Amino acid sequence: MRVISAIGDWFDHRLQLAAPIRDAVEHPVPRNSASWWYVFGSAALVVFCLQLATGILLAMVYVPSADEAWSSLQALNHQVAFGWFVRALHGWGSNFMVAIVLIHMVQVFLFGAYKFPRELTWIVGVFLLLTTLGMAFTGQIMRFDQDAYWGLGIGASIASRVPIAGPAIVTLMLGGPIIAGATLSRFFTVHVFVIPGTLIGLVCLHLLMVLQLGINEWPMPGRLVRKATYEREYHELTRTSGAPFFSYAAWKDMFFAAFILLAVGACAWYFGPFGPTGRPDPTIIQTVPKPDYFFLWLYALLSLLPPSLETPALLVGPMVAIIALLLLPFLSGEGEKSWKRRPIAVLTVMLIAITLGTFTHLASYTPWSPHMDAWSGDPIPEPLLRRTTALQRQGALVFQAKQCRNCHALGDSGGERGPSLDRVAVRLTQYQLIRQVIQGGGNMPAYGKNLSPAETTALVAFLGTLHPPNQTPAREAARDFLK
Amino acid sequence: MSTETLLTRRGLFMKAGLLLNGVVAAALAVPIVRFLLSSVTLGRANAYTAWVPLGRVSEYPEGETRLATFRNPFVTPSDGKTADAACWVRRIEGDQFQVFAVNCAHLGCPVRWFPQSGLFMCPCHGGAYYRDGSRASGPPERGLFEYPIKIEDGVVTIHAGELPTPGPNAALDRERPPCA
Repeated sequence: MRVISAIGDWFDHRLQLAAPIRDAVEHPVPRNSASWWYVFGSAALVVFCLQLATGILLAMVYVPSADEAWSSLQALNHQVAFGWFVRALHGWGSNFMVAIVLIHMVQVFLFGAYKFPRELTWIVGVFLLLTTLGMAFTGQIMRFDQDAYWGLGIGASIASRVPIAGPAIVTLMLGGPIIAGATLSRFFTVHVFVIPGTLIGLVCLHLLMVLQLGINEWPMPGRLVRKATYEREYHELTRTSGAPFFSYAAWKDMFFAAFILLAVGACAWYFGPFGPTGRPDPTIIQTVPKPDYFFLWLYALLSLLPPSLETPALLVGPMVAIIALLLLPFLSGEGEKSWKRRPIAVLTVMLIAITLGTFTHLASYTPWSPHMDAWSGDPIPEPLLRRTTALQRQGALVFQAKQCRNCHALGDSGGERGPSLDRVAVRLTQYQLIRQVIQGGGNMPAYGKNLSPAETTALVAFLGTLHPPNQTPAREAARDFLK
Repeated sequence: MSTETLLTRRGLFMKAGLLLNGVVAAALAVPIVRFLLSSVTLGRANAYTAWVPLGRVSEYPEGETRLATFRNPFVTPSDGKTADAACWVRRIEGDQFQVFAVNCAHLGCPVRWFPQSGLFMCPCHGGAYYRDGSRASGPPERGLFEYPIKIEDGVVTIHAGELPTPGPNAALDRERPPCA
């Protein structure tokens, strides 16, 4: 033991690090801050370290070339021992990291930890969120498959809408005129060097400020933050009732970090790696690209916004959100910290969470996308054809053959882009059906040029049978009048 | 005059050192910025686009729309299959052609042609276009992107080479759906 201690002393005499490290790990924290609510920041750091380690391992095999990236992913999945597991750890690690960073942010917001004097810690945190999302997007492109290829196309289409500089930004982003070798190389550089370097620097700054300013105390309703008195009160609190971070609070961080690492490992082991899906060949167009889960809400939003609002929402929306997050500590830098007395803060979080959750849920089954194979694949429910005339059956054939089914469901199958037609005859009269089919409208294409009069007659005859047995179809009041 | 405002010898060297570093940094920055922007400057010099053959006119039946593929005119060694591209070729009649990009005018997903209903449908956000490429429904703000065409010695050629994107004026290009 004496030898080890002598070696330690020899190093410390030269490094001079033991004292500052001891100060850092034993810095006093308010006793009630040693809570399970305060473990998310350290968990995010631990998952980030996992990402660094697994990322370095993957880079040993991965080839960042548009020609070979996909094959090298296949080699990782199938040839390299546990290559699939390291890929899975990295992929699930990224999902966990985004989730934990978001939970950490909500906790910091609800506990008022962004208020004086921790404004800059929050601002650095906002940039940490942005860099984490940047890692998530660029990481999705490293998995160079069809989703990555068309995802880049979506990114380019959004970037092209920037006024004046749009086309130049697209060329700069793609590294050339199309999504190709130069694109993957530069996204690799951004994913492996630029953003991680920035992230490491920002994490150090964030941690330094947490140590310098002390961890936020448990918010007590009624204990208001005032710039003139807060720091004195905080030091009084840690002096009288503080406890050393190590080991009074650190054991909870350690337990949670181990639990999160185990959860990432379990997901990786059980669910395996993400993709790659099909080869990124632009001539294969039979593909339905979809983003990873953290951008699904955006995918839904882009489908549901009215066309005229899309460009402003895409370009101005993110700016407004980021500026609002950056301004938050300046707009409410003092006052109440406890979420129990900040109803607007709680409602804001709930509103954003419900909105993002709803959009994400919608994007999981994409009701706005036509079902490309419904017309040839989904059968017409048998009861709908019972006791129908030849004309009506012909109409049912027209309905399938003209791909109406891709957007309209019958029974419970078919597209959901347009309304389900099981009861359409109750809603629309014969004339209204003819008008709707021929002229379209309300987000439906006009079929006038693609249907012969005979086909239209048959189709409308079939649609006229679609009503519940106990309800009569809608009819023109004017017709009764003419009789 | 107080001593603080006097320029000392060390102070002068310090300032000269800063200036020297600034000059060197500016000199190095010129080629580095040019390097970073090289993809944009190449595009300005029209290095990306060219006339690309899509095959003989007789390969495309009149009144039909077919998928054609071509190799991008600007290729780098690591591009592999990504330098290939697809487009929809519509032969109206005789030498009258329309060639559409597969990329949806909304956000660039690949649209598919359905000859039975005469519609192009996008699998991503549900955009739809008529057979002449004009917007039919869904989120796109305009019709499909069309390549400039010329027929030379019986061969269909298009002017291509850049990924078609909606651009800053997407909203201004909006066409009203034609009335049937």
